[in-house]
Amino acid sequence: MKGEKMASMSRLQAESQVENRIGGPPKVEAQGFSFFYGKTQALKSLDLTVPENSLLTIMGPTGSGKTTFLKALNRLNDRVPGISHSGSLLLGGKDVYDRDVDVATLRRRVGMVFALPVPLPMSIYENVAFGPRKRGVSSKKRLDEIVEEALVSAALWDEVKDRLDSSAHNLSGGQQQRLSLARVLAVDPEVILLDEPTSGLDPISTLKIEELLRVLSERYTVILVTHNPVQAARIQGEVAFFYMGELIEKGPAASMFVRPKDKRTEDYITGKFG
Amino acid sequence: MAPSSGTDGAYGPGALKRPKRSPGRFGMALVQGCAVLTVAVLVFIIGYVMVKGARVMTPGFLLGSPEKMGREGGIFPSIVGTVSLTLASVIIAAPLGIGTAVFLTEYTQEGLFSRIVRFGTESLAGIPSIIFGLFGFLFFVIRLGMGWSILSGSLTLAAMMLPTIVRTSEEALRSVPDVYKETAYALGASRWQTVASVVLPTAMPGIVTGVILAMGRAVGETAAVIFTAGSSLRLPKSIFDPVRTLPVHFYILAREGISIENAYGTAAVLLSAVLLVDFAAYYILHRISKKRPVARR
Repeated sequence: MKGEKMASMSRLQAESQVENRIGGPPKVEAQGFSFFYGKTQALKSLDLTVPENSLLTIMGPTGSGKTTFLKALNRLNDRVPGISHSGSLLLGGKDVYDRDVDVATLRRRVGMVFALPVPLPMSIYENVAFGPRKRGVSSKKRLDEIVEEALVSAALWDEVKDRLDSSAHNLSGGQQQRLSLARVLAVDPEVILLDEPTSGLDPISTLKIEELLRVLSERYTVILVTHNPVQAARIQGEVAFFYMGELIEKGPAASMFVRPKDKRTEDYITGKFG
Repeated sequence: MAPSSGTDGAYGPGALKRPKRSPGRFGMALVQGCAVLTVAVLVFIIGYVMVKGARVMTPGFLLGSPEKMGREGGIFPSIVGTVSLTLASVIIAAPLGIGTAVFLTEYTQEGLFSRIVRFGTESLAGIPSIIFGLFGFLFFVIRLGMGWSILSGSLTLAAMMLPTIVRTSEEALRSVPDVYKETAYALGASRWQTVASVVLPTAMPGIVTGVILAMGRAVGETAAVIFTAGSSLRLPKSIFDPVRTLPVHFYILAREGISIENAYGTAAVLLSAVLLVDFAAYYILHRISKKRPVARR
């Protein structure tokens, strides 16, 4: 256990210097995908490809459709009355809005971490075990393994291993957000969505999460939403700029922040608006 | 305008000083008086009944059987009757009411059907209890042949409790933060799993409070009970036996001039029981909400 932790730490340091890998098979693909809340169009004919095991940061001001995109991908938007969509949104080549898609299975394959940490009102252990339990895992031994593995991957194990039965509400904000991440990892997803996961956190906790995401993008397809261009630049990898429901431009952070192609991107990253 | 500082224009050094007589002070005194009076009424009623009833509240009174129509002896059968009638009605009404509330909050969009259901429960709340009694008498007692019994009485009381339980449960369920539900759904939980493992546990303190509130009303109900559960002074052996609950007992004692003393004694017992349940419930609730999140399983 200690060894694995050490390995992940050194991998983490190596990773922070390495540029993002591009060119895996497409995991998530939007093809002319539009999304509506009633008559309001939140996404306008979006074309976007995210390769497998990569890290994409979506940045943009409030109301640009970032969160809508995430919540379309795991169909959490289904709960909103009066929604509709057109075009296609593929996960591993399969449209998530196909009739025969089982939403619960889809949501296990596409995990999501929310802006504010949401510890469910139960113990730390039960929070992480929640997803696996609902999937039908009941063996105590198996659950223990899953919980430990997920907490280790979320870099939280060492801090909580002695108090797994205590309330998740007693954790600090940063710990709670890593717990949210562990909870998602415990259902063994392929894609991890994060909706401004650091907006309520202090700078140190923010850095921890960002480092973690880089490591996780080796094994998972990670899509991070942020309104903060500085964060997008810091994380590296691919960056997509959303504005008013449109994808303005997409490319490696290194080049987008040096030579933005679009005037609006330039204005946004230089802080003229947003 | 400067608040009655006397001079126009710039504020003088005395401008911040509170004037001796102001409408603000009068208003404060008025509402304070209202609050004091309200508490005084409560304290007076409880105190009066307790003092009057304390003399007869002996172990023999609590555990004895009534003799000579209640002029002498105790009220044990009525205590048993009240407890069993109340428990039976809670057992019937709570699942039904909580289920309705879950349906209204989690399983349906605001629409014609949910409005009909809500209007129905609201209307139920407005019906005078004597009407419930009459209905219970004609339907459960006569039509269904259940006779005067705990069963007839508890079914009638359950109908009366439903609106309170539905409304308070609905409020408690609606106050569960939406992010909890989103989180559960995002982890692949089904709607029922989300309701059972996240929504209901979170709303439980509010729901329990509502059930206790409804129980409090049921315990003291007289009109509906006298028609449906009867006024037998014998100890009930099953839910098909009639009972005379505490409120019915002291109503009869006082109404027919059998024993005003024992009527006060009965009232004092009822009042203490209700207060005890209230305190116990709030104590337990407080502990639940403090101790939660609970340990595994």
